[in-house]
Amino acid sequence: MDSALVSDGTYVRDTVRTSVKVLIVGHFAVGKTTLVGTLSEIRPLRTEERMTQAGALVDDLAGVPDKQTTTVAMDFGRLTLSESLVLYLFGTPGQHRFTQLWHDLSRGALGALVLADTRRLEQSFDIMNFLEEQKLRYAVAINQFDDGPSFPEEELREALDLLPSTPLVTCDARDRASSTRALIALVEYLVQIEQKRIRDL
Amino acid sequence: MSPNRRERALVRPHVVTGGRARPTRNIFDLVTLVMAARSEVTGLNPEKRRVMELCRGGALSVVEVAGHLGLPVSVTKVLLSDLVDSGHIVTRVAGPVDTGPASTLLLQEVLDGLRARL
Repeated sequence: MDSALVSDGTYVRDTVRTSVKVLIVGHFAVGKTTLVGTLSEIRPLRTEERMTQAGALVDDLAGVPDKQTTTVAMDFGRLTLSESLVLYLFGTPGQHRFTQLWHDLSRGALGALVLADTRRLEQSFDIMNFLEEQKLRYAVAINQFDDGPSFPEEELREALDLLPSTPLVTCDARDRASSTRALIALVEYLVQIEQKRIRDL
Repeated sequence: MSPNRRERALVRPHVVTGGRARPTRNIFDLVTLVMAARSEVTGLNPEKRRVMELCRGGALSVVEVAGHLGLPVSVTKVLLSDLVDSGHIVTRVAGPVDTGPASTLLLQEVLDGLRARL
């Protein structure tokens, strides 16, 4: 037994009775790993999965005709939210659609936080379309880079073609409070949707 | 190829799992919490012993077991499933159920927990 693992809080508390997950999705280099690392109470971990499914990786493999498989990495971290509840955050590019890994990630997930970069907003369209197809609820958080332009919220909403109800927040993935507030915006939205769904029954 | 010719890190996943790509049972979510149910590891292969050593310390999610051991999730599920079958590992927390959206109660608990961190 590695005693370092015990002392640094590697293990989940004995009192925990429920575990939930939220996905942090977005394009390459948008800050997913940073945000997971900022919020996680454990050293963020990474697993790698080899993807072999034909058709799942058309975008990735364009121009690489000989490549039959690719490796998809996913970062994740953990937050203990109460004596009985832990939340896992999964940072994923979301490009491995139709694969077992995506199924594993999305099944039972509370929702997703889409990270976007004002310098490359169009790169977020694909992932938002995909989440909609998957009926996975999401909020959008603009990760404000120091050299990224800032725009009024209305312009961003229009550029991203967001529904009026979809939360849009700005965050700094390096900052714990700011990143926490982005997650709060997502969960507040999920609560509202669920309350409305119950009222409409 | 002789069994010792390759470094361990290069052993292909299906060797670790005895040639199987799927677990004997599909009970694991990525965030299902598992822990060791006993300390006896006689007869287990090296990869399963590594799982047992890790899980002896307390509860971890399936994906954390994979991350700590540097194994793909798919392989980890096969190993854990075998270890559940043999009584070495138990599930402590099942993880989310796939029966529609999470309850308002659960979402509110998540929200309260996040707000308390500010």
